[in-house]
Amino acid sequence: MSDTDDDAAEGWFASGSPAGTEAAGGDGALRARIAAGEADEPRDWPGLAVDSGFAESRDDYYDRLHEASVTATREAVRERERADDKQLVHAVRAMDDCERTANELAERAAEWAGSLFDGAEPGIEGARAVAERDPDGELERRAVSLAARVVDLAAERDALAETIERTAPAVAPNLAEMAGPELAARLIALAGGLETLAKKPSGTVQVLGAEDALFAHLSGRAPSPKHGIIYTHEYVRNTRPEDRGSAARALAGKLTLAARVDHYSGERRETLHEELRERMATIRARAESGNAGAADDTEGDA
Amino acid sequence: MTDAELPAGVERREIDGETRLATRGPPVYGEPTADGWRAWDPGRSKLGGMFELGFETGLSGGETVLYLGAASGTTVSHVADFAGPTYAVEFAPRPARDLVEAADPRDRLFPLLKDARTPERYAHVVESDVDAIVQDVATRGQAAVAVRNARFLADDGRLLLAIKARSEDVTAAPETVFEGALDRLREAYEILETGRLDRFHEDHLGVVATPR
Ligand SMILES: C[S@@+](CC[C@H](N)C(=O)[O-])C[C@H]1O[C@@H](n2cnc3c(N)ncnc32)[C@H](O)[C@@H]1O
Repeated sequence: MSDTDDDAAEGWFASGSPAGTEAAGGDGALRARIAAGEADEPRDWPGLAVDSGFAESRDDYYDRLHEASVTATREAVRERERADDKQLVHAVRAMDDCERTANELAERAAEWAGSLFDGAEPGIEGARAVAERDPDGELERRAVSLAARVVDLAAERDALAETIERTAPAVAPNLAEMAGPELAARLIALAGGLETLAKKPSGTVQVLGAEDALFAHLSGRAPSPKHGIIYTHEYVRNTRPEDRGSAARALAGKLTLAARVDHYSGERRETLHEELRERMATIRARAESGNAGAADDTEGDA
Repeated sequence: MTDAELPAGVERREIDGETRLATRGPPVYGEPTADGWRAWDPGRSKLGGMFELGFETGLSGGETVLYLGAASGTTVSHVADFAGPTYAVEFAPRPARDLVEAADPRDRLFPLLKDARTPERYAHVVESDVDAIVQDVATRGQAAVAVRNARFLADDGRLLLAIKARSEDVTAAPETVFEGALDRLREAYEILETGRLDRFHEDHLGVVATPR
């Protein structure tokens, strides 16, 4: 091997076929090298690529690099954003754990503080007051310190909520806009990822988070649930009870589409949001026209 | 107001009734255009601000450029319009998605999803002896990033750097931050010119440097 070949061995194009043997840049191995390759030092890659026969000329080299870098980076971005949905799932689960643990510990802290100080209040706010006290002696120090842990956990919960607010729109722009960042994150977490959510039928999305009720229904002990966690959405919660089924179905239908657009294209799609707003306006207009109890369950998936 | 010459391919053009810095190329971020020229807003671009403020950038057009912190491609798309082969490094996936779209129609703009703090991860793609490094990363350790990337720059090449004071330390006075950054830069560079970009970008220092 000549020196040139040794030098070229580190370049992104080292595994590529020579010029003219295939569509420029249309080579998965080259894209993988761009994404994952390394070199200690830069070199005159265009010159080396021409010398090694990878490209016919510097211009040809740059054409191939353009094609390969655009495709490789587009793929890498997709992959990274997909990985980000897993981070969102961790964040939302951690947030719930912090909240639950903070509340549990707050109870313990309040009980203890009540035995030591006058006027100790329950809950996180109670813990906050206790945490600010000047402790006297070892036991008070421990009780006050425990209350401080409660306050820290509550602050961690809030910080996680902020992180979710910020990252959910990057991971799933349409879903986050439609559901709000927190509900979007919960839906993704319940499904186990954005891709799995995107592949679920809208009837399943509608009852995600109502697994217990669904199980009761399937074993013949209860009516079929009309909504799962999407109940927390304003469109469902603030719709009168007789129209809630329609509202939940319409919302779940659009949320499912939003998750698909987010997973497959990642672009914001205004029409989705408009259609849902219109559909909701129609459903709510029923209440105003005094058309009580109309048409629950007669609507198709919106 | 400026004496320094603009590179070939960057012109002051009449767009929407105003004389504005502009380059020729497909529009990227909804900027106003006229006759195929796209307005280059110095308020949205540190390098645009440096041109407006008359920095001696050493750019004359057609250069090979390494751009660090390309974000969604606002500035680097203008650079690719007047420069030669342009490597654009950005580490955040979200803006990189738009960067790819800006690069798609520009056949000498190469987008790379990489961290500018680890040049080994793109030294197998970015060629040696580039004529200019443009850097606008706005994260802590800006001078260190420029020092690590000096390996790509030709001996007579130019570093065109924007340093954001608040990215290093929100509490310290900008002057102190800038001094510290310039000291660090001198490990690898000779500083040719510095100037505040405040007219366009608050608390930013523009720096022109060349390898030592
Ligand atoms: C102020 S913005 C750049 C704006 C851009 N230069 C323009 O004018 O169009 C800074 C960008 O640098 C990116 N960045 C920060 N640290 C980085 C690093 N270590 N490697 C690559 N990109 C980085 C950020 O993600 C962000 O998109």
